Amino acid sequence: MLNDFIILMKSELAVTVIIFLLLFIKIGKGMKNETLLSFIQVLLLINFIGTFFFNESGNLFGDMFYTTPLIAFQKSILSLGVYIISLVCADWLKKTPHLPEYFILMLSALLGMFFLISSGNLLIFFLALELSTIPVAAMANFDLDKKRSSEGAMKMILSSAFSSGILLFGISLLYGATGTISFPAITEQLNHSPLVILAFVFIFTSFAFKLSIVPFHFWTADVYEGSPVATTAFLSVISKGAVSFILITTLYRVFSPLQDIWYIMLIALSIATMLIGNLFAMRQQNMKRFLAFSSIAQVGFILAGMSSFSYIGITSVVYFILIYLFSNLAAFGVVSVIADKTGKENIDDYKGLYKTNPFLSWILALALFSLAGIPPTAGFFGKLFLLTSAGSKASYWYIIVAALNMIISLYYYLRVIRAVFMDKNEQPVEKLTLSPSVKLGLILCGIGIVVVGLLSWLFDHIQVLAMHQ
Amino acid sequence: MQPGLYHILFISGALFFTGVYGFLTRRNLITMLMSIELILNSVNLNFVAFNKYVWPGKMDGLFFTLFIIAIAAAEAAVAIAIIINLYRSHKSIDVENAEDLKY
Repeated sequence: MLNDFIILMKSELAVTVIIFLLLFIKIGKGMKNETLLSFIQVLLLINFIGTFFFNESGNLFGDMFYTTPLIAFQKSILSLGVYIISLVCADWLKKTPHLPEYFILMLSALLGMFFLISSGNLLIFFLALELSTIPVAAMANFDLDKKRSSEGAMKMILSSAFSSGILLFGISLLYGATGTISFPAITEQLNHSPLVILAFVFIFTSFAFKLSIVPFHFWTADVYEGSPVATTAFLSVISKGAVSFILITTLYRVFSPLQDIWYIMLIALSIATMLIGNLFAMRQQNMKRFLAFSSIAQVGFILAGMSSFSYIGITSVVYFILIYLFSNLAAFGVVSVIADKTGKENIDDYKGLYKTNPFLSWILALALFSLAGIPPTAGFFGKLFLLTSAGSKASYWYIIVAALNMIISLYYYLRVIRAVFMDKNEQPVEKLTLSPSVKLGLILCGIGIVVVGLLSWLFDHIQVLAMHQ
Repeated sequence: MQPGLYHILFISGALFFTGVYGFLTRRNLITMLMSIELILNSVNLNFVAFNKYVWPGKMDGLFFTLFIIAIAAAEAAVAIAIIINLYRSHKSIDVENAEDLKY
């Protein structure tokens, strides 16, 4: 029993141990930020490597918590993301006076996401969702003396509290209709009664808030722009990834009897999300805001992949999230370095970057090409599989609309690349020296962007995991 | 007359939509937070009513209520900390004054 407990919950236990270690470090004698940061990076690396061993399937606490090799793989993706964030945002992290607290909050949110993707019960699902959003609001406020940071945090906490209220109302209606809160039992009890459908719409709305699907995306850009870059990166990659994973589980397992309803919702919302995200991204001047809207547009494609209701849907979404992690973190890494050293965040300030900082320019170009989905980079393969999966069920008109959206998105991605490589500027960003950890993080992302698309066995591996879960 | 399930559901539905209305129209941050508490309390009422009238043998709804109360307190604590920090920089807790971030 105890053995089971330790092996099945090993990733959660590992993160908890790191959190407590940081708490003790905080209480004890003050360390210098640089040594502490490299210590934390080593811990996170060990944590990431540890997620690959002893992955068994099983459940605990009467089906409240379950894990499969696929879920373990999703947890490794999230841990990798946190490790890369600790590398690429090192410059900002070194300067913050409360480094241990920042990582305690970030790892608590990560712990919540781990519980979220292995939850088998509405109660633990709700608790984990709260654990993964409340600390992020505190993280958004970490530039304590900046007005924008506290404004972003206020928008984040209010919208997340509101969305969790809506989620709870949906859960209570679902409990009234089915009389149980355990996922497998709910699936057996589901029917097409109006109460169940209303409950589903409420629950889906809350997911739409967390994933910033279009009618509920208004908080995204403000929070992304206001918060420190490390928080923005965490919010846009890790939190979005975890919520997409649990959304797949909820739709495919819990609400599988309502498939005819959520299929239409997914298609309609994904078209709206892609279109609005793209159109708003075109007119942005601030780099963080621009990336916020680009990430909204990417969610539209994730929804497209989800709509197929088959294991290929799961595979393509997990694979895409892995690629999206590398590309988005590379982009945020470059933005973080430049914003931190010079305070410049506007696209116009990036003009002529290539003359002074060729390395940063190439990484940024790779990341943006990958986000746009241009062939040699991994982003192309990610989008290809998402649309293939969507095409197995949807009509071709839908695929054509999605492909047209990819073309629209080229406009604004290439606009940034043109500013970086071709536009002339009297006062470009001066030559920046990168610290080794930032360099390592950016190179990791760059390798990921180039290589992951070519590793066909990785896709096959995820597919095998998805088939046997 | 004994109150039945529909009476309680009516009250909780009314509470929920009062909360949503308050959240969307009020401009004071503390009031918005109170509106969210209204929403959460309507959910509690729902759970307890369903537990009593529809599924009397089960305890899931009651447990859920306890957890919701605890989480609501945690959420309010973080939210109020953020609002205090906002007040320090903006000298106001009106959302209309927090408008640096715009389209």
